Amino acid sequence: MGVLEQKNNRNNREGFLGWLDPTRYGWERFSYWAQRLTGVFLLVYFVGHVYETSSLTSGKDAWNAMLELTQTVWGHLFLIMVIGTSTFHSVNGIRIIFTELGKGLGKPGRPDYPYYPSSLNRRQRSGIWIALILAAIAMLYGSNVLFSGE
Amino acid sequence: MSGADERKITLKVFRANTARSKNTYFELCDVPVQRWTTVLDGLLYAKCFIDPSIGIRYSCRMASCGSCGMKINGIPRLACYTKMSELGGSEVICEPLPNFPIIRDLVTDFSQFFEHHKRVQPYILNQDNHQTDAVSSDHRQSPEEVDRFLQFSYCIKCGLCYSACPTVATDLKFPGPQTLGQLYRYYADSRDGGGKDRLNMVDDRHGIWRCHFAGSCSKVCPKGVDPALGIQLLKSYMLGISKNRGK
Amino acid sequence: MSRNLILRESQIMKVHYITGVAALFVVAVHILMRLVVPYGSSLEYDHVIFNYHNIFYAVLLEVILVLVSIHGFNGLRVILLELRQSTRWENSVTATIIAMIGLVIYGTRTIIIANGLGT
Repeated sequence: MGVLEQKNNRNNREGFLGWLDPTRYGWERFSYWAQRLTGVFLLVYFVGHVYETSSLTSGKDAWNAMLELTQTVWGHLFLIMVIGTSTFHSVNGIRIIFTELGKGLGKPGRPDYPYYPSSLNRRQRSGIWIALILAAIAMLYGSNVLFSGE
Repeated sequence: MSGADERKITLKVFRANTARSKNTYFELCDVPVQRWTTVLDGLLYAKCFIDPSIGIRYSCRMASCGSCGMKINGIPRLACYTKMSELGGSEVICEPLPNFPIIRDLVTDFSQFFEHHKRVQPYILNQDNHQTDAVSSDHRQSPEEVDRFLQFSYCIKCGLCYSACPTVATDLKFPGPQTLGQLYRYYADSRDGGGKDRLNMVDDRHGIWRCHFAGSCSKVCPKGVDPALGIQLLKSYMLGISKNRGK
Repeated sequence: MSRNLILRESQIMKVHYITGVAALFVVAVHILMRLVVPYGSSLEYDHVIFNYHNIFYAVLLEVILVLVSIHGFNGLRVILLELRQSTRWENSVTATIIAMIGLVIYGTRTIIIANGLGT
């Protein structure tokens, strides 16, 4: 099937590939991409976490066996990823709640050249930067606890 | 090169013609470029002197009609509103707008786009409308009331926002930022009596809630409509955060 | 159109936001519990069981389980709905609800057994 027909079958929609590149349209598009990615990652982690903690019900040996598996260098690195993604997802999520309630976006008015949109302003955008910075700080603190707190 | 006003740029124009073949290809056209040359100028030069068969839609040449929307160097833009000089580089890639079916070359089919728009009743809904001959009084509006919806009325239906939106990329039932922005335009208009019914029109699985404020629509809008703002404001009404301003 | 059967989409999104914010607070408490004693020793079996025997902690864990499951699986439902729109696909997205309930049941089982309520 030719490329054109394939494209027309789905109305030439970008499809899932359109979700993958977050660099084309500014910070808010990056926030959308990152929120989705971290959300799915955290959901997968959460299911795994509920499963790993269920080893409690099988007694001390089962629990310790689970700890052997997870309290490793790779386990710690994975946990640091979880710390970073959950911090970002939470802080950015709070920012998204504010923006979807219409706060921090400016008011409708009479746009003039060069037509900068008032919703894509630095005030709400800074929430994304704060989320990234807090995630980095949390990851640093987490790695401090995990790698030297033994 | 320095001091010379004219130089050449290579336009890579997407070519597709289902009547002839299933294959698509990029045609390379060298066009002369000056400081003020727009992508549309370049395409028309190519059409005039290099290959007359290039299919392209345009009309006003001044960002007023919304006809010449296309993907230029990866971003949906109006060809008449994009200067070659602002793009940089020696190559400009012109492709048809994504998320619209391709008719031929750079021309796309807007019927689905317009269908979404029509579905939300993009006109003033008002009892007085029925009495066209015996209208009781003018629909008066204060400047503040006009400012609440004015910028959203600047929409020229160019489709750039629809192309940029990540939800439109995968969700065929999603109305798109243009439609939702226009829904807000009418909801916020004090002359409109649509009220809650307008909100209910998009309160479903593929409605307004599939917007996640990726902001790409507002980023590419050439008229400053800022559909993202309209959509988030509409959501605040649906969540009961903003109350109806009362008529 | 594509109306929901039980809750409107705006109500579902309200739940999504509320569970998100609430989960943030309770998860923060859960993490802090692992930091009041040195991290390594906080993971020892006896310490963990001791925590589970505390009824407030067990309730906290249950609350986390429910809130995060609702928030996470609703998010997944939204992503899946956006990817494809055939009737069959949308109907099977209700499988996310079943997965969510399954996870909550499985997690609750852990909490109840570890707390010793069953004995």
